[in-house]
Amino acid sequence: MKVIGQAISHESAREHVTGRAVYTDDLLPRYPQALHAWPVQAPHAHAHIVHLDVSPAYAVPGVVRVLTVSDVPGLNDSGIKHDEPLFPSEVMYYGQAVCWALAETEEAARLGAGQVGVEYEPLPAILTLQEAIRKESFQGSRLHARRGDVEQGLESSARVLEGELELGGQEHFYLETHASLAVLDETDHILVHSSTQHPSETQEVVAQVLGLPRNQVTVQCIRMGGGFGGKEVQANPYAAVAALGAFLTRRPVRVRLNRLQDITLTGKRHPFYARWKIGFSEDGLLHALRMELFSDGGWSQDLSEAVLARAVCHADNAYYIPHMDVRGRVCKTHKTSQTAFRGFGGPQGMVFIEEVLTRVALSLGLPGEVVRERNFYGVRGATSKNVSHLEVITTHYGQVIKDPERMPLIWHDLKAEAAFDRRRAETAEFNANNPYRKRGLAITPVKFGISFNLTAFNQAGALVLVYPDGSVQVNHGGTEMGQGLHTKMMQVAAQTLGVPLQSIRLMPTRTDKVPNTSATAASTGADLNGGAVKDACEQIKARLAVVAAQKFGVNPADVVFEDGQVWSIWKPAEGLGFAEVVRAAYTQRVQLFADGFYRTPGLYWDKTRMHGQPFHYFAYGASVSEVEVDGFSGQYTLRQVDILHDAGDSLSPLVDLGQVEGGFIQGMGWLTLEDLRWDARGQVATRSASTYKLPSFSELPPVFKVRLLPKATETGVVYGSKAVGEPPLMLAISVREALRDAIGAFGSGCIVELASPATPEAVYWAIEKTREKTLV
Amino acid sequence: MGQISFLLNGQTVRATGEDPHTTVLSWLRQQGLTGSKEGCAEGECGACAVLLLRPDGQGSRFEAVNSCLLLLPSLAGQEVWTVEGLAQGNTLHPVQEAMLQGGSQCGYCTPGFVVSMAAEYYRRDRDGFDLEALSGNLCRCTGYRPIQDAANSLGQPPQEDSLARRLTAPVPAVKSMEYCPETNGSPVQSPGRYYRPISLKELFQTLTDHPTAKLVAGGTDWVVEVNQRFARAEVQVDLSQIPDLKTLSWTDVYVEMGAGVTLCEAERWLQGRIPLLVEWFPLFASRLIRNRATLGGNLGTASPIGDLPPVLLALQAELVLVGPAGVRVVNLQSFFSGYRQTVLGPGEVIQAIRIPLPLAPLARFYKVAKRPMDDISTVAAAFALHLEKGRVQSIQIGLGGVAPTPVRAYRTEAFLVGRPWDERTVGAAAEVIRAEFKPIDDHRGSAAYRTAMLGSLLHKFHAETPEVRV
Repeated sequence: MKVIGQAISHESAREHVTGRAVYTDDLLPRYPQALHAWPVQAPHAHAHIVHLDVSPAYAVPGVVRVLTVSDVPGLNDSGIKHDEPLFPSEVMYYGQAVCWALAETEEAARLGAGQVGVEYEPLPAILTLQEAIRKESFQGSRLHARRGDVEQGLESSARVLEGELELGGQEHFYLETHASLAVLDETDHILVHSSTQHPSETQEVVAQVLGLPRNQVTVQCIRMGGGFGGKEVQANPYAAVAALGAFLTRRPVRVRLNRLQDITLTGKRHPFYARWKIGFSEDGLLHALRMELFSDGGWSQDLSEAVLARAVCHADNAYYIPHMDVRGRVCKTHKTSQTAFRGFGGPQGMVFIEEVLTRVALSLGLPGEVVRERNFYGVRGATSKNVSHLEVITTHYGQVIKDPERMPLIWHDLKAEAAFDRRRAETAEFNANNPYRKRGLAITPVKFGISFNLTAFNQAGALVLVYPDGSVQVNHGGTEMGQGLHTKMMQVAAQTLGVPLQSIRLMPTRTDKVPNTSATAASTGADLNGGAVKDACEQIKARLAVVAAQKFGVNPADVVFEDGQVWSIWKPAEGLGFAEVVRAAYTQRVQLFADGFYRTPGLYWDKTRMHGQPFHYFAYGASVSEVEVDGFSGQYTLRQVDILHDAGDSLSPLVDLGQVEGGFIQGMGWLTLEDLRWDARGQVATRSASTYKLPSFSELPPVFKVRLLPKATETGVVYGSKAVGEPPLMLAISVREALRDAIGAFGSGCIVELASPATPEAVYWAIEKTREKTLV
Repeated sequence: MGQISFLLNGQTVRATGEDPHTTVLSWLRQQGLTGSKEGCAEGECGACAVLLLRPDGQGSRFEAVNSCLLLLPSLAGQEVWTVEGLAQGNTLHPVQEAMLQGGSQCGYCTPGFVVSMAAEYYRRDRDGFDLEALSGNLCRCTGYRPIQDAANSLGQPPQEDSLARRLTAPVPAVKSMEYCPETNGSPVQSPGRYYRPISLKELFQTLTDHPTAKLVAGGTDWVVEVNQRFARAEVQVDLSQIPDLKTLSWTDVYVEMGAGVTLCEAERWLQGRIPLLVEWFPLFASRLIRNRATLGGNLGTASPIGDLPPVLLALQAELVLVGPAGVRVVNLQSFFSGYRQTVLGPGEVIQAIRIPLPLAPLARFYKVAKRPMDDISTVAAAFALHLEKGRVQSIQIGLGGVAPTPVRAYRTEAFLVGRPWDERTVGAAAEVIRAEFKPIDDHRGSAAYRTAMLGSLLHKFHAETPEVRV
């Protein structure tokens, strides 16, 4: 029986529903001696720390230690770019942790932290993206990707439009806030349990702060209660504080951020601002695009440059544009250090180009879907004799799209399945009959590049152990945050070894099992680790095949492993159990464990020219959204969503379906109700669940049809699958465009300027503007 | 006095030495029952939901509540079940079984969903599954569709189900209680006292002894302060077990509901008899909150953005206040004396809310918020209208979010009375109402939007009552 492709439940589903699944902070009751940590958070966006007096904290009963810069035996830095002091001398954002109190109870730690005296000298702060652009407050390098001659292209275009748009950030709001628990293990070495997507980097940072070689530090991530990129690098300072505390006090130290601390301390999705100019023909063919992107990186470099690079590389989405010039800068502001968030800049680049497409369509009086499908990569070649086919399937950064037919295939399949044309007519009819409520409909595509832009990260390792009873332990470098990676890795191992899933135990991610791993990020978890797990399992199976072949008296190539049985193709009825073969192998002194390794082939990237082949392949999808807007208040409902998404030959369809649905709703949250605000002092204004609203049950559309594209084998990826973590988030762009469609129906054919996120208030003002323009 | 004893997953447990501000969630987790999670500590995410057994006629029912907003001493003598108590050995509970099919991804919110779902599963006379039962649970991973499918797949509990059988018996009788932890417990602060009177007489005595005591009914506002801003009170007085605050009566001239009645209890008892409230209940927080939050509590906190006052203002409600000196009745509009301030005197509490009858024939409630469910209003507006031959005979407009206290739009009401209920009048009245208030900017919405909504919602009310247009 095939294990790959089976729609099985999450490997921890039974533990989830019973409450027995253990997360980092659930370990706390096992360490009654643990100290609790509480940060002293600065009440300034930018300030010098003139004086720090920790002594009053010790007057609070239960306070054991206040950690400050003088306690750091190694480097006072929790980043890998060395611009993130763990204990700062200059406060760089409102709420930054200045020092940490450790105490017997959480309450005592909080009261102790409250007694620490800090004298600040406030400094001028840059709090908005616009101010940072004006003052040229940038960090990291300039990014620039180009093709053709954009000036000449714009000049020779029949029509030209320009515009600008600002996109809000997004709080990750993983349900599990950051948590670390550091202990001295049985051998007196530092073991840090951390909710981290990148245990190897957490290990590196902890070692750096403690001034230890990396082999002295072990980091383990059991599982996370959501990550979404927010735990890719941001877990490191909290792991470092816990480790430093444990190192100094020789007691377990627990750092667990409450929600308010998590929102005020940690980074978010980057707010972006773009200005653009597009040249196009009378029939809506895009000719030249100039786009400048500015992201709000916050106080430190973090992953901002890589995020921006992905935005630059996705400013084309699925469209061929002959002349393109995209530039980007990361702004430095006095805010939290913005970081990875599902999509990693891709969503911002794609919202901008979809904004452009809608503007082009409106200006021509054409439906958005018509302009979109005319401009797909590869489609253009059929309509123009002057350009080569290779040209129209090459992106502005030089990557040739090997499967350009995939996007139009998905698009037309989805349009038919969702009865798009019929619903266009129904929407128009509804709008003609309803002065106060309008409906809108839109379809948008997703083309998302898979691989880390930085080539070196595209490697992974695994360690597979087979025991003489036939049971198997699988270790790999990826972390489980709910995305179902461990489920998929169990399926890969079971399939490759030919054993039932029940024989496999998937181990927590630890740096002492598989070292030097990459972050579980960029949707690559299953591709990379799957490749490594498969490699390890194949080595073991090859050795076992030799043993079995001897017993059967056949060639090893003729031995089949399936469902816990081993047989030769010549006598399928006379098989052996997997455990029997394993035992025989053990007695013959055959190695029953193996390490596996995988590196993505064929990648190259010239960072300075922003040119090359950064992606192994593209993931595709499309979505149709239908909304209804109340003209009185701007409030709206999402009536129906139809999605067709390409997950290759899905490794685990139930898991992938969950990624598509969940990604869509999360993207919708970003573009609609998740309104991240900072106040005039630079403090996050929406710093709790009561002020920062996530999608809830009430945002689930009553009709939500999601299909995975059938017969979608991706050759060269583990079992023909495709990455699925991030791409579906951008399917939600159709919600924003459907809202614009509905808003436009309150006027007549004019430009719809809709802010992002499209809160009811933003929609209301967009309607008002539309009405005003119609009156004129 | 020094210990809190209650039933947890069917076993008697005793807590000692705990600060009376300790929440049930933090206590459970300290005991190693880490299935309940803290996602927000303010009753917004539901990851900490537990089942509280509550009286229901001859038997009892499960109410799902946020354990992060439940103070540990309030459990004394009560019966509570957590996610750990649902499975029977290795046999999953039916709601757990239903959630296996994609209902969990990271799994962190899952125990809370399981608990909310279990409460609904056991609801008596349930017809299908009311998804509103899950409105107080947030999931960041799944997008909710598989959870919805899990909920909709549930059948009825079988006869032999041990929890269903438990519900046929009454809850334990709750006794008057005073709790003060042993002094060697907390090393940090004077831990304070917790009183739970079971009669008004006892309450007044406690308040006489402790005039500055913090009154706690459902705790859905106060415990947020405890968790988020570390508010502490020397003395907390629990109002939730006083029968005189839980009366319900429907007379010829008014409807009276006790201040201690929870919103869910009111909803069940009214059975749709006040249409404005029917429209309002699901928009007022989640069921997890409404199972605890009380009518009186929402008024007593005097928040400018509480959603109950606008509705009650439109219904011209009165409040029955009771204190050691006796009973007095005040209009709701004169109850609020300023930002988070009321006319309640020392030792005085709200006993009941009185809604005069008959009700206005046309009434609507509108809530403008970023999220339709379980969000705080940017603007809330309730309209109650009586038309006579197409003219406004009387209108009451209650508003929230546009002034430091909930308000009636008296000027606009006066403008409308006697005029024909048509586009022209409403257009002019929209001008009046926009000028009547000066709302503020905040992260929920701009002043300009709030002002615009004042006129817009009046227009909307008019547009949605077309059958009475002249």
